[in-house]
Amino acid sequence: MAYKIIVCAKQVPDTNEIKTNPETGTLIRDGVPSILNNDDANALEEALKLKDAYPGTKITVITMGPPQATEMLEECLAMGADDAILLSDRALGGSDTWATSNAVAAGIRKVVAEEGDFDIIFAGRQAIDGDTAQVGPQIAEKLGVPQVSYVKEFSIDGKEITVKRALEDGYELIKLQTPCLLTAIKELNTPRYMFINGIYKAMKYPIKVWNAADIGVDLNTVGLKASPTNVFKSFTPKPKEPGKKIEGDTDNDLAKNLLIALKKKHII
Amino acid sequence: MAIKDFNAVKNIWVFAEQRHGKLMNVALELIGEGYRLSREMPEGTKVCGVLIGSEEDIAPLADELFAYGADEVYKLADPLLEQYTTDGYTKVLADAVEELLPEIVIFGATHIGRDLAPRVAARLDTGLTADCTRLDIDMNNYIDFLVRDTTCNTKGLTPEDPKKDLLKQTRPAFGGNLMATIITPRTRPTMSTVRPGVMKKRDRDDSLKGTPIDVKVNLTEDDIKIQVVEVVKAAKELVSLTDADIICSGGRGLGGPEGFNLIREFADKVGGVVGSSRAAVDAGWIDHSHQVGQTGTTVKPKIYFACGISGAIQHLAGMQTSDCIVTINKDPDAPIFEVADYGIVGDLYKVIPQIIAEWDNAEDLANHAE
Repeated sequence: MAYKIIVCAKQVPDTNEIKTNPETGTLIRDGVPSILNNDDANALEEALKLKDAYPGTKITVITMGPPQATEMLEECLAMGADDAILLSDRALGGSDTWATSNAVAAGIRKVVAEEGDFDIIFAGRQAIDGDTAQVGPQIAEKLGVPQVSYVKEFSIDGKEITVKRALEDGYELIKLQTPCLLTAIKELNTPRYMFINGIYKAMKYPIKVWNAADIGVDLNTVGLKASPTNVFKSFTPKPKEPGKKIEGDTDNDLAKNLLIALKKKHII
Repeated sequence: MAIKDFNAVKNIWVFAEQRHGKLMNVALELIGEGYRLSREMPEGTKVCGVLIGSEEDIAPLADELFAYGADEVYKLADPLLEQYTTDGYTKVLADAVEELLPEIVIFGATHIGRDLAPRVAARLDTGLTADCTRLDIDMNNYIDFLVRDTTCNTKGLTPEDPKKDLLKQTRPAFGGNLMATIITPRTRPTMSTVRPGVMKKRDRDDSLKGTPIDVKVNLTEDDIKIQVVEVVKAAKELVSLTDADIICSGGRGLGGPEGFNLIREFADKVGGVVGSSRAAVDAGWIDHSHQVGQTGTTVKPKIYFACGISGAIQHLAGMQTSDCIVTINKDPDAPIFEVADYGIVGDLYKVIPQIIAEWDNAEDLANHAE
């Protein structure tokens, strides 16, 4: 058995490194590294594990973004992905999750037209820049395949998939058939590092770059103008008034003075 | 097909999420929020609770929704809906929206709400905003919020703004570094998921009663492509961070897993619940279910004790609206001091035992203090 796998990935700014300008309420993105989105690395790793177990499995990574997103695709190739596609076009810019899912679904349909049906689409649960967790399920809807989100354990036997879907207080054990879309959380696995031969391959690999015409997507369903949601305002929260430092000569004094302050303000 | 006729739509729907016949707390919070918003909309706008499940599970829940403020309750019942499945719930909810035409549909941003809402929104080809922490209709309230709590430049924004009647959905982005208000100007319904623990329930009033409306569902076994074999509750201590009045949280400054013994003792003394930062979870010192922050639970207790927590932006995003924040940290430059109402610079292993020892004396201490 060999599988055809599609991995949906996104290049994101490392939000741990982002600072905001409180005067203007805008992000300072200069010097912030771009990375493969965390959950997407788990999605790719699960595909790679499947390929380890079933040689001949083909992994195609697809993303949408600006031209520099090829850097992230090179990283995916260097980890072991077989093929990489970048959907890039000004007409796709400013897409919200609905419009993004229309574009990515169109890209996947082109892959299917060229190479036949996929078995599984792995996506990350959510991207750290938007935190919406919407694009995975919306791609599944646009392609008409079942989805399981928050996947923390995965196994496959022929066409039958068994997964554990994380809930807030436990999990669901779910069975379903290929084709389907699964979204990965970090509990699913530990992503591998790039390896030397992979890096060598990635440097020479002709990453496919497809524009809106290539994927035949209806221009009324992609981009900023077609997106059903719009940003009305963006801003940063106001810094809080400075708090009160509790003083005291001993640890006991510090504790007592804290309790006095809390009591006097009727907090306790 | 997207609904584009704004005159055809009316009312706010709340997905009243239940699991095995028990309403999720967030469902009641959203009934409260929906009630508030509906009264800012044209007269006659109702807040409607939408129950999906088996008849046995959902029939007893309607009274609770009415008592917490629902004007109407819709029941979408079928034996095939006993377990949550994306396919089954999406079909019946999307069908009901197309039949009954709500203006707004809101969901709790739970693992189920965040699975269901995007699929429904994609089927209806309408907009969905994820994980909102604030919703506004009234433009004056919204402008007040921007002026009071944010750095937003409100110049040019007036109560007569052309977008004034739209639902303004505010949410954090970029790991809490930025906030954005999102609108859905061209399609209906406007859909949002809302973070649990943020909106306020109304007080329960059992004199509020109503008769639920059964909505016919059209579902066959073939519509459901997945099989839920079992639902397993994790056998671990119950952490209810969202309901806690007091939270005692530990972070990297504890130095090791044994530090949570002290945090537990502290929480037991003050009647609180144990929380943690992501760093402590990532280090393997405590289970993820205790994690407070952007990728954990959002909390709003009366008192939040942050012990040995530096205050990474992801953590602050999950606790900074607590009524009172107290921090104990060795490092006077830790960012947590910037959001704390009371800060103690000191060794938590020395200060916390003293707080525990003096806790019951607080009243006396306050009476005798200057």
